[in-house]
Amino acid sequence: MYDSGKIIIGLIIFAGIFTSPFWYDLSGGKEALKAPVLVLPTKADQQVCVNTLEYMRADHMVLLNDWRYEVVRLGDRTYQSPDHKEFNMSLTGTCLNCHANSAQFCDQCHSYIGETPYCWECHTEINKPENMQ
Amino acid sequence: MNKSRRNFLKIAGITAVGVTAGKFIPAEVKDSTAQLISKNSGLLKKGTAVKTDSKVRLAMVVDLRKCKEGCTKCIDECNKIHNIPNFGESKDEIKWIWKEPYENAFVDQENFYLSDALKNKNVPVFCNNCNNPPCVEVCPTQATFQREDGIVMMDWHRCIGCRYCMAACPYGSRSFNWRDPRPFIKNINPDFPTRTKGVVEKCEFCDERLSQGLPPACVEVCPEKALAFGNLNDPESDVRKLLKENFSIRRKPELGTNPEIYYLV
Amino acid sequence: MLEYALKGNKKYWSWLFLLAIIIAAGFYFYMKQFNYGLGITGMSRNISWGLYIAQFTFIVGVAASAVMVVLPYYLHDYKAFGKITILGEFLAIASIIMCILFVTVDLGQPMRVANIFLYPTFHSLMFWDVLALSGYLILNVIITRVTLDAEHKSIAPPKWIRVVIIISIPWAVSIHTVTAFLFAGLAGRPFWLTAILAPRFLASAFSAGPALLVILCLVLRRLTKFDPGEQALKKLGLIITYAMCLNVFFILMEFFTTFYSGIPDHVSHMQYLYEGLDGKARLVPWMWTSAFLSIVSLLFLIIPKLRNNNKILFITSIIVFLSIWIDKGLGLVITGFIPTPFGKVVQYWPTIPESFISLGIWAIGIFLISIFYKIALSIRREIEV
Repeated sequence: MYDSGKIIIGLIIFAGIFTSPFWYDLSGGKEALKAPVLVLPTKADQQVCVNTLEYMRADHMVLLNDWRYEVVRLGDRTYQSPDHKEFNMSLTGTCLNCHANSAQFCDQCHSYIGETPYCWECHTEINKPENMQ
Repeated sequence: MNKSRRNFLKIAGITAVGVTAGKFIPAEVKDSTAQLISKNSGLLKKGTAVKTDSKVRLAMVVDLRKCKEGCTKCIDECNKIHNIPNFGESKDEIKWIWKEPYENAFVDQENFYLSDALKNKNVPVFCNNCNNPPCVEVCPTQATFQREDGIVMMDWHRCIGCRYCMAACPYGSRSFNWRDPRPFIKNINPDFPTRTKGVVEKCEFCDERLSQGLPPACVEVCPEKALAFGNLNDPESDVRKLLKENFSIRRKPELGTNPEIYYLV
Repeated sequence: MLEYALKGNKKYWSWLFLLAIIIAAGFYFYMKQFNYGLGITGMSRNISWGLYIAQFTFIVGVAASAVMVVLPYYLHDYKAFGKITILGEFLAIASIIMCILFVTVDLGQPMRVANIFLYPTFHSLMFWDVLALSGYLILNVIITRVTLDAEHKSIAPPKWIRVVIIISIPWAVSIHTVTAFLFAGLAGRPFWLTAILAPRFLASAFSAGPALLVILCLVLRRLTKFDPGEQALKKLGLIITYAMCLNVFFILMEFFTTFYSGIPDHVSHMQYLYEGLDGKARLVPWMWTSAFLSIVSLLFLIIPKLRNNNKILFITSIIVFLSIWIDKGLGLVITGFIPTPFGKVVQYWPTIPESFISLGIWAIGIFLISIFYKIALSIRREIEV
C-alpha cells in the first residue's frame, strides 16, 4: 500500500473526530438533557382531545398538516373526531384552548429531540405575555 | 375529509377549491373531485371568458360617491384584525386596503377634465380577487390559488417568496414581507396568524370571516355603507342590484383579468 | 479527472484563493440576508425584482451561447472550433450554476424551494424555466464528462454522445426562450409585453456569450500554451458581429413600435430609461453608455480589418459584454417595474450586501470556470501539469 503511514494517521484522526461526541460526553461534558415534562390541561371540560392519545402522540404533525391543508386550501373548517365529535380545525382556536402554553407542552418534546417546527413564526399564542393587549 | 382523499388531491397536483358555509355561499356548492380535475387539467387558460361553472362568484362594489374623504375606518379595521405591520416607511410597506388618488387608481382613464367629485378623490384599492387572476397563473407552487367562489387565496405555508405574482399583478395589490413583521405589529390579534418574513400577502375578502357567515370587515365597519359584498351569480344579491342600477367601472378591465371590485362613480 | 484541478502552480492557487475570499464575503452577506430577510436589498414593494433576477436573466444568455460553438462544430463539422467547444460547454455549466444561485438568493423562503417540485404547476413559466435550466445543466455535465474522458484516454467518444449533443442545441435555445417568456407573458407589465423579447434575448445572448468566450480564449492564450487558433477567433468575431447587429436592430424595433404608437403605458418605461420620468433618471446615464458602447462595438465589428485584429477584437468583446450587461443585467428587469401599476416612479438601486452577494455568485462562476478550464487544458497537456 502506498502512503500507508499517512492513510493510517488520517483514519485515526477521522475516527477521533467522528466519535468526539462520545469522548466529550465521557469526559464530563454537559449534563444530560432532562426528560420532557408535559403540563396537561386540568379543567374538566378540557379532557377530550380531537383524537386518541396514541394517535396524537405519534401523528399530531400529520393531523396539523391535514388541518392546514383543509382550512386554507379547501375552506373546510370542521373536523370529525373518531368518536364523531366536531371540532373547529384551528391550531390557535382549538389546540391552544386546552394546551394554552406551548413552552410547557409542545416545546417540551420538540426541544428534547431538536425539532423546531415553524408554527410560531406566524401563529400566536394567546397567553404569551407579549401578545396580551 | 379523510386523509386518503386529501392525499389524492395532493398527488393529483390540484389547486384547491374552497367552499365556505354561511350566508354568502350556499352549502350545495360542495365540490366533487371530478370537477376539480377537469377544472385544472388545462395547460393554458382558455381565453378570458368569465368562469361560469361555479355557483358563487364573490365580488365587491365600492360606491365612491359615498366613500368619505379622509376616512380610514376600513383600512384601520383591516390592519388591526389581519395583523398588518406598520414599518413607518414605504420600502418594506405591507398593505391590503389603502387609498390612491383617482388618477393613480385608474391610470388608464386619461381624462383631461375630471368631474370635481373625482378630481381629488382618494379611491380605496384592494386586491381585485380577479376572476381570471394572473398571479395564480404564474405561481410556481400553487401557493396562491383560486377558490371555487372566486377568492384568490394565499397559502402562506407554501409560498417560497419568488415574487413572480407581484410581477404579474397589474394592480400592485401584493405585498412582500421583506423582513420579520412581528416587531412592527402594535397589538397582535391571536385569532389570525401574522406572517413570516419572505412570503407574499394580500387581501382575501376576509375568508376567515366569511366562513363564520360574516361579511368582510371593511364592508361591516364602513360608516357610510359605501362597500357592498356578495355573490354576482345571484341576481338578488346586493352587488347585482347595485350594478343594475348604477354605472360602474373597474381597474384595467382591458387586461382580461376580470377584476371583481366594481366602482360606482 | 478532477485531480488535475488539485495540481497547479502558485499563480493558479493565488487566483483561486482571491476568488474564495470574494465568495466568503458574499456568503457572509447572504447569511445576513438569510437572517434579516430580503429587506436587506434595495428591492421594495414596488420594485420587487432587482439585481438578482437581472443577473440571472443576463447569465442565462451566457449559458445559452455555448450553442454558438457547439452547433458549427457538430452540425456543420466546422473543425476550427474543435479546441473551444469544450470551453463553451464548461462556460455553460458554470453559468447555469450561477443562474440557479441567483434565483435561490432571490427567494424569500429558500428552505421551501423543493415546493416547486412537490407541487409541479404546468401553467407557471417558472416551473418550465427550472426544468429547462436543470435539463441543460445535466446535458452539459454529461457531454463534457464523456468527451473529456474519451480525450483523456485517447479514444473516440462513444457514438451516443452525439445524440446528447444534438439535443443540447435546441435545448440551449429553449432556456433563453423560456426565460424571456417568464417576462413576456405578463399582461400588467407593458415594458416586457413584447413578442420580440425572446428573439432579443437570443440575439443579445449570442453576442455577449461568444464575446466572453473570446475574452477567455485570449486570456488563456496569454497565460498558457493553449491556442484557440486564428480561424476560430475570426469565426467567433463574425458570430458576435451578426448577433450584435441583430441585437441592436431588435432594440431599434422596440423603439419604433413604442414611440410611433405612442401608447403611454409603453412609452413611459422607455422614457424612464432614456430621459428620465418625473425628474427621476437613475438609469439614464447607464442606458446611454450602453447605447454608445453598442454603436462603438458595431463599428469595430463590422469593419473587417478591425474585427480580425485580435487586440481590437479583445477590446470589442469587452465593450459588447459591458453594453449588454447594462442593457439586460440592469435596465431590462428593473424598468419593467418603473413606473409602478399606479403610474408612480419609484427608483431602485442595489445595496452593499446585495452587491456583495451578487459579486460572490460571480466569483463562484469564475472559480468554477477556472477549475474546469484547468482540467480541460491539463488533459490536453496545454499547461504544465
